[in-house]
Amino acid sequence: MPTLIRLEGGRAVIAARDPFAEAPLDGPLPDGPAVLMPLARFQQQGPALLDEGLRIGVLLQPEEAVEDLAYDLPRLSMVALNLPKFRDGRAYSTAALLRQRYAFKGEVRAVGEVLREQAHLLARVGVDAFVFADGTTPEQLEAKLSLYRHVYQAASDARPPAWAERRS
Amino acid sequence: MYRYDQIDRDIVADRCAEFRAQVARRLSGELSEDQFKPLRLMNGLYLQLHAYMLRIAIPYGSLNSAKLHRLAHVARTWDRGYGHFTTRTNLQLHWIRLKDAPDILDSLAEVGLHAIQTSGNTIRNITSDPYAGAVADEVDDPRVWTEALRQWSTVHPEFSYLPRKFKIAVTASARDRTAVRVYDIGLKLRRNRDGALGFGVLVGGGLGRTPILGQTIREHLPAQHLLSYVAAILRVYNRHGRRDNIHKARIKVLVQSLGAEEFGRQVEAEWRAMDHAAVDLPDDELARIRGAFGAPAFEARPARSAAFEAAKAADPAFARFARRNVVAHKQAGYALVNIALKTPGEVPGDCSADQMDAIAELAARFSFDEVRLTYAQNLVLPHVALDDVPAVHARLAEIGLATPNLDLASDIIACPGLDYCALANARAIPIAQQIAARFADPELAEDVGELKIKISGCINACGHHHVGHIGILGVDKRGEEFYQLTLGGEADGDAAGDRSRLGDLLGPALPYARVAEAVEAVVGAYRRARAPGERFVDTYARVGLQPFKEAVYADAHPA
Repeated sequence: MPTLIRLEGGRAVIAARDPFAEAPLDGPLPDGPAVLMPLARFQQQGPALLDEGLRIGVLLQPEEAVEDLAYDLPRLSMVALNLPKFRDGRAYSTAALLRQRYAFKGEVRAVGEVLREQAHLLARVGVDAFVFADGTTPEQLEAKLSLYRHVYQAASDARPPAWAERRS
Repeated sequence: MYRYDQIDRDIVADRCAEFRAQVARRLSGELSEDQFKPLRLMNGLYLQLHAYMLRIAIPYGSLNSAKLHRLAHVARTWDRGYGHFTTRTNLQLHWIRLKDAPDILDSLAEVGLHAIQTSGNTIRNITSDPYAGAVADEVDDPRVWTEALRQWSTVHPEFSYLPRKFKIAVTASARDRTAVRVYDIGLKLRRNRDGALGFGVLVGGGLGRTPILGQTIREHLPAQHLLSYVAAILRVYNRHGRRDNIHKARIKVLVQSLGAEEFGRQVEAEWRAMDHAAVDLPDDELARIRGAFGAPAFEARPARSAAFEAAKAADPAFARFARRNVVAHKQAGYALVNIALKTPGEVPGDCSADQMDAIAELAARFSFDEVRLTYAQNLVLPHVALDDVPAVHARLAEIGLATPNLDLASDIIACPGLDYCALANARAIPIAQQIAARFADPELAEDVGELKIKISGCINACGHHHVGHIGILGVDKRGEEFYQLTLGGEADGDAAGDRSRLGDLLGPALPYARVAEAVEAVVGAYRRARAPGERFVDTYARVGLQPFKEAVYADAHPA
């Protein structure tokens, strides 16, 4: 099982277990209280399953538009963003839109080729759960996230940009 | 000049610490080269033919003497005692060892210099008008807005892994000195009929293998919304730019495929949905930045300097320098002094550490501690009292940088080419040297007049050949260096309007040994055809390709 690290109250914590069982594009749903499914399956079955009380997370590929989920976001527990290559920056805009435009309060999880050297940027755009591909530990993640003492821009996190710090 | 406060210094220092750790992880094998490459690129390190190249950012081309002295020190200590200034106001050092890079960056950081985002698929170092704050025709100081963009774009969390590199230029004069139309985003500061400050926003310009001039998507963006509007452009590009083919990944391809109108519509929609207050700088921060660019403490001086006029009368070499390289300042009794890094026989844009130190001393003594870098790979002392120009000229002559050839045939833009670059097909530097040698006679060069020759060693067009009055592109033909000539390109404009255009292909590519004589033949045809006072490009626009074709290929025999 890949390790899931969540940001909770400013700390990086390994999740004891991941409640989300991954569902394929079709076929039977896995057992359990929570399911992570591709966007296409969610669009067919998701609303009905939500009505039944199932907790759902949706896995977005980089080319998939978060706008397609907009209506259902308040009922989703989690959105997972796949980074097929660490250099593919589309997930950063998706995360920013989830948090800044849609005020999504659930978990935003980065999966795929997720590496430590990009973690601080992902956290700033709103990712709060990481499945690292390079074995990054919670301690290493915390060190990376605290590396920059200041930031120049507002993002999805609560960090004040430089211009706001200069006022105080 | 903007000076870093503690926050700016901390961000650069933290970036240095981050990169030092990344280099350590690479050297220990913990990071693969594939994982490390984007990290080193976004810290300015390329792997070239012989060694690593470090590209140091000079935001909006503005240096003070402390920074220039430090660049000289770095070139002397860790490289071979010289550096290469580029068209994008960066300084490149071509003989760097990876293990030295963290120490070099620490040394640069001490004076507020860095190599952040000078490469990689990031928002690159932002360029602006080298004459900013010194000429009468600007509508506002473009550096205020460029500095705002510099801060906003530095370590941007959403836009650090774009489909491809991203370049922004800001100009505030009708006379564009930034080549704004060949940028991914070109920003033209202007005032509307009501006097309100705003930006004309152009997108999708670029050279490379698909040369395109930028198109306007917004005629007048209220200036205070600059950052949010640029963010909207970047977001549309980051989401929808192609990532399947590196040659189709620039924003220009997206703009072409959607059409500028549809692209602009998507940007407007994105921008309207954004929380502008979170992104745009508040007035107090803009005022803080503006305060850093106040006018120097000019003295009241007569518009005419007796010392300057006497030196012109006494010394023909100085008179020529004054005519070519000295530009009128908005402040009476002052001038801008251009230092052409184009001494015939030397490498265009190259500057030795000793020359850097000497120029830094001149800046400190005579130019309110400022030096600027230009698009044409030259330097400028922006605020020199006319009385002091003779002393500046004398010192420049001592260090071999008093060539009076600004905008003349030997003021050539050239990329490093096959002498350094792993991407190049052909050499650019020796071609530039051969051409410059043919126009080394200052009488001849001045008679020919304004002629912008630009040379690229490959299709990536770092030498901007498409917008050269004469453009020269190196190509590989069965393992041999050949060169295509284009005529009539321009990246300029004036009060009468924008004149930017891409050059036209003259004819079949020429072998290495024939390029300089072909340029001479083109110039000869121009001198025969020109009307009095007509520049090369204007004659070309009037008479077309044919006379130039005949001049170059008349006695050609099939290879």
